[in-house]
Amino acid sequence: MNLQRRKALRTGGGMTLLTLVAAAGWLRAEDAQAAEWNKAAFETNSMDATMKALGGGTPAQSKDIAFFQTPDIAENGAVVPIGITSNIPKTESIAILVEKNPNMLAAVFDVPAGTDPSLSTRIKMGQSSNVYALVKADGKYFVASKEIKVTLGGCGG
Amino acid sequence: MKTSRSGRAARLVAAASVVALAATAFGQSNTADEIAKYRAALQDGNPAELWEARGEGMWKEPRGPAKVSLEKCDLGMGPGVVKGAYTQLPRYFADADRVMDLETRLVWCMVKIQGYTEADAKKNPFGAGNDRKADMEALVAYVTSESRGIKMNVPQSHPKEREAYALGEKMFFFRGGTHDFACSTCHGEDGKRIRLQDLPNLTTKAGAQKAYTTWPAYRVSQGELRSFQWRLNDCFRQQRFPELVFGSDASIDLTTFLAVNANGAAFDAPAIKR
Amino acid sequence: MPDPSRIRANVVGDSTEVKVLMNHEMETGQRKDAQGKVIPAWFIQDVTATWNGKTVLSAQWGPAVAKNPFLSFKFKGGAKGDKVMITWVDNRGEKRTDEATIA
Repeated sequence: MNLQRRKALRTGGGMTLLTLVAAAGWLRAEDAQAAEWNKAAFETNSMDATMKALGGGTPAQSKDIAFFQTPDIAENGAVVPIGITSNIPKTESIAILVEKNPNMLAAVFDVPAGTDPSLSTRIKMGQSSNVYALVKADGKYFVASKEIKVTLGGCGG
Repeated sequence: MKTSRSGRAARLVAAASVVALAATAFGQSNTADEIAKYRAALQDGNPAELWEARGEGMWKEPRGPAKVSLEKCDLGMGPGVVKGAYTQLPRYFADADRVMDLETRLVWCMVKIQGYTEADAKKNPFGAGNDRKADMEALVAYVTSESRGIKMNVPQSHPKEREAYALGEKMFFFRGGTHDFACSTCHGEDGKRIRLQDLPNLTTKAGAQKAYTTWPAYRVSQGELRSFQWRLNDCFRQQRFPELVFGSDASIDLTTFLAVNANGAAFDAPAIKR
Repeated sequence: MPDPSRIRANVVGDSTEVKVLMNHEMETGQRKDAQGKVIPAWFIQDVTATWNGKTVLSAQWGPAVAKNPFLSFKFKGGAKGDKVMITWVDNRGEKRTDEATIA
């Protein structure tokens, strides 16, 4: 794969400039205000509490959510690769939850139309645990899970 | 630390609470497969690239009291030649009249070209988080990345190079410290393991090649790009040996022994490891 | 100024595949230092990816995303030479935007 020479853009953007720019109806892409960070959702430690914070009901089990490039055993819990593909039509978002982490919700991805409902990232796991892929599609929630075991190699170094 | 085969059963049972499949012989090979999958999944997107980028910038940026870049630094293949340089290190340098590995040569250049004191060039060689990054590890990442794919070809033509190899070999088999370990205790036989970590046998050609050509590496458990100086330093720590001082002759000798043993294999780093 | 992200964007069929490596500590706030003091949480909270000004992915993260985060995704469209931009904002309010050209 060709390595891109990435151009670093220096961002300025004090609030005043942002407000002016927004008021002028012209928002640069990098200033786009994301929805406020959902603090409540990231501080729960149960599926029910997380769902409540996300504004959804109990998710339905789905066979149309698949994990890919997600090993059963992680040699170190600090970096666990997780890949999720949703084959449910009208997928709007994909979230990753780790049952036994201090807080369950690791990440939520909003998938706009035109983007594949398939992505991969890496998470931290404190211990062996079930990992949930939570999909919101057409306003409804679906979930699939996978058990990932976490080990520690070597002399702990 | 027991690494004998008879201890394996006990460790499997202990590991069962962590890896339920490991209790049976079939389970054992399944575990190895899954770990191989884990390692494969990590390859796509190595944070070492972040260090490589930072190191390249550092190589080219005028720095130090003299405000000069490192672009005239001679790593053994001529001033400024970075491509392939790591495959021929450690080597004898006439201007210093000693054998140097990459890190000690970088310190040399930082002192001679950029005007740093040796103490300043050597301070903080191993990073600890984003608030305490090590310049040295970034430079190592960059320089080594320019050797990727090139065959190891560490020289043994100068008497001091041969002497370094001989001393390194002595060190490898030297038992000492509170636990009477030598490097060979863990790395001198096939089939040894610490918990789920297979230990490479560095006394075989294949083992030596595979091990040396995959350092430096982004160590997931460290969250840092770790160099070979770090690897040896950490081995010494785990053996309860006295500290292997950064850039010491002892570290260069041991590195020479291990690097020469890897000759002929294609360099494949910076890598990513657990 | 936070360190730059490393972005690769490549045309794959009728889509663009994007892979990003971000430079961030992603400190959980669960760890203690040698003196027993809690190391404060420090992590990316918002990520936005755009292609020619259109948002192609946005995310909210917690500290359980791994250190030096890696992200890979694909969107329909994109041609060689187009720009992909990745912005992250962390809980300290620090921000980083980087741009890559689709290859």
